[in-house]
Amino acid sequence: MNLLFKIAGTHVRNRLRQTIVSTLGVALGVGFSIAMAALMQGSQRDFVESLINAIPHVEIRDEKRDPTLQPASRFYQAVAFHGLRPLDDIGGIRNPTEAMASLRDWVDGNLAQQLSGQAVLRYSGQDLGMTLVGVVPTDELSVSTIKDDMRRGRFEDLATTPDSLVIGDSAAGRLGADLGDTVTVTSASGLSKRFKIVGIFHKGVSASDEALAYAPLKAVQILLEKPNVINRITLRLDTIAEAPAVAERAERQLGYKAVSWEEANEGLMEAFAVRNVIMYTVVGAILVVAGFGIFNIISTIVHEKARDIAILKSLGFPEHDIQLIFVLEGLVIGILGALAGCLLGYGLSSYLSTIRFEFSVGREMTHLPIYMSVWHYAIASGIALISAGVAGFFPARRAARLNPVDIIRGAT
Amino acid sequence: MAGDRPLVQGTPLLEARGLTRILPGVVPVTLVQNVSFTIGCGEFVAITGPSGSGKSSLLYLLGLLDRPTAGEVLIHGKATHTLPKKDLARIRLEQIGFVFQFHFLLPEFSARDNVMIPMQRLGALTPKQQKTRATDLLKNFGLADYVDRLPAELSGGQRQRVAVARALANAPRLILADEPTGSLDSRATEQVFDTLQSIVTETGTSIVAVTHDMDLASRMQRRIHLVDGAIDTDQILPPSVRD
Ligand SMILES: Nc1ncnc2c1ncn2[C@@H]1O[C@H](COP(=O)(O)OP(=O)(O)OP(=O)(O)O)[C@@H](O)[C@H]1O
Ligand SMILES: [Mg+2]
Repeated sequence: MNLLFKIAGTHVRNRLRQTIVSTLGVALGVGFSIAMAALMQGSQRDFVESLINAIPHVEIRDEKRDPTLQPASRFYQAVAFHGLRPLDDIGGIRNPTEAMASLRDWVDGNLAQQLSGQAVLRYSGQDLGMTLVGVVPTDELSVSTIKDDMRRGRFEDLATTPDSLVIGDSAAGRLGADLGDTVTVTSASGLSKRFKIVGIFHKGVSASDEALAYAPLKAVQILLEKPNVINRITLRLDTIAEAPAVAERAERQLGYKAVSWEEANEGLMEAFAVRNVIMYTVVGAILVVAGFGIFNIISTIVHEKARDIAILKSLGFPEHDIQLIFVLEGLVIGILGALAGCLLGYGLSSYLSTIRFEFSVGREMTHLPIYMSVWHYAIASGIALISAGVAGFFPARRAARLNPVDIIRGAT
Repeated sequence: MAGDRPLVQGTPLLEARGLTRILPGVVPVTLVQNVSFTIGCGEFVAITGPSGSGKSSLLYLLGLLDRPTAGEVLIHGKATHTLPKKDLARIRLEQIGFVFQFHFLLPEFSARDNVMIPMQRLGALTPKQQKTRATDLLKNFGLADYVDRLPAELSGGQRQRVAVARALANAPRLILADEPTGSLDSRATEQVFDTLQSIVTETGTSIVAVTHDMDLASRMQRRIHLVDGAIDTDQILPPSVRD
């Protein structure tokens, strides 16, 4: 084995320049794969993290998974009914206090109740349709990042000021209203109430900044004529991974639809999975190309060293040994390339993480999100080694099968 | 004298039975034709014949490097044509030392390392013993001062002697040498011949050597003369002729 290594070493050293070039090929492939993986997974984690911060981990809505049966269906087995007037359902989660208390019993994390509905805000002759969300301010603060989004005023003031309102900065701008101004809010059924603006937020999501307003729960229940009713419970869990399990249990317990953040963003998660598949395909392709480089140089060496192969075989080296020599050469290039590639990858991702970007629209990103994982290094190196082994295997097999006498006759 | 011992003792070391090698092609070329003979332990055999008469080709067949078109080679009475390549390689490693007509050494290895290669593959000696043995072998051929030289730094005759030393590395039962003294002057030829002769005498190793040197051939115990790939004469030379 030692001897085979030594022989492989002399071959590689003889073709040092070509060896270095193909090693660099592998190194570049591995290095860029690692940097790309770090960037891709970094951005994914960054995105998911801010998503998880911005949305509830579990959301319970006043909906059922299956549509409510109309009374007629309960009594008659029929394919369809005509001329049926559906039963009016005022909706909402009834008995919120009881529901909240039963959840608090076992959920590790914070809960908040909401009642939201459509309303029109009016100020100085301007009308703006908005989603009005009634909240218990202290609860809401414990489940959301709204506090960080406050630009002016304080969210906590919703609790101390009766009939107060916190609206998005775009909405405020459109209405021409400012902190301390009083706006008129009209519900769909025509009820009006005056609210004082105590805070202005900016979430960086235009749908919220333009059309979302928070008010104390009691005031919204009165305005929407739904006393003691809520239509949404949001949960912020201590352990995010428990979200699906918590959602399932809550749904079974309350009978309302409970959705975990993963379920709510299923499409996004699929998109990430597809992105990863694409990434590893590209990584694989790069390393296959590097493999061709290795194949090329090993083939050259086999051709060049045909005489040595004949000598070794005539001395009594079995085919297996000859094959091993050249596979080793491929692997040596692969290993050196993978090592250099890991260093390159580390350097590249470290460098990328120092680059700063500024986006004015949407989410602010101050630097490229880089996530370093041993797995990126292991996977890229693993693929490189497999590709190097395969690339070495074929010329090695050809070398092993060379007929020594043909070579010796040819050399004389 | 070696010649005083019986030439064939018990099972012959090597037996060729109707060996024929034909290169296939549009016009098939017959390299070796129906060659049969036995070689016992401790024989020193010369193979002579005109250039192109198939001496090298016969040696490749005897060394199990090439497979005969017809006939077979038996080693210690055991047929070899049915053995897998792996086993043939093992026999070559342990029992046969081969010297090519054109001294083939590994160019990146020093003279001593070249001699050590078969020992390293066999692994019967410790690395230290291997090194000592390789140095001693080279010394026998007058190369004590050249052990660390690369083949490119040696003369043709020196390389040939390194190749002979390498063939002896694993103390094989049989040495097949294709013109081992082809590019040596008379003094060096003498040295190589004496060394080989003493190996035959002392260890009972058999040597089959192709040579053009009629004087040298006449000093061996037996001479097989080839013409056009077939045995022309196979004569045992009495000691009186040799001395
Ligand atoms: N590949 C080949 N194709 C055709 N003919 C070949 C081939 N190889 C060898 N020969 C022929 O086979 C014959 C035997 O060759 P071989 O090398 O065995 O001769 P030799 O006795 O060793 O000659 P020399 O003394 O010159 O070394 C020669 O006539 C040679 O021309
Ligand atoms: Mg010849």
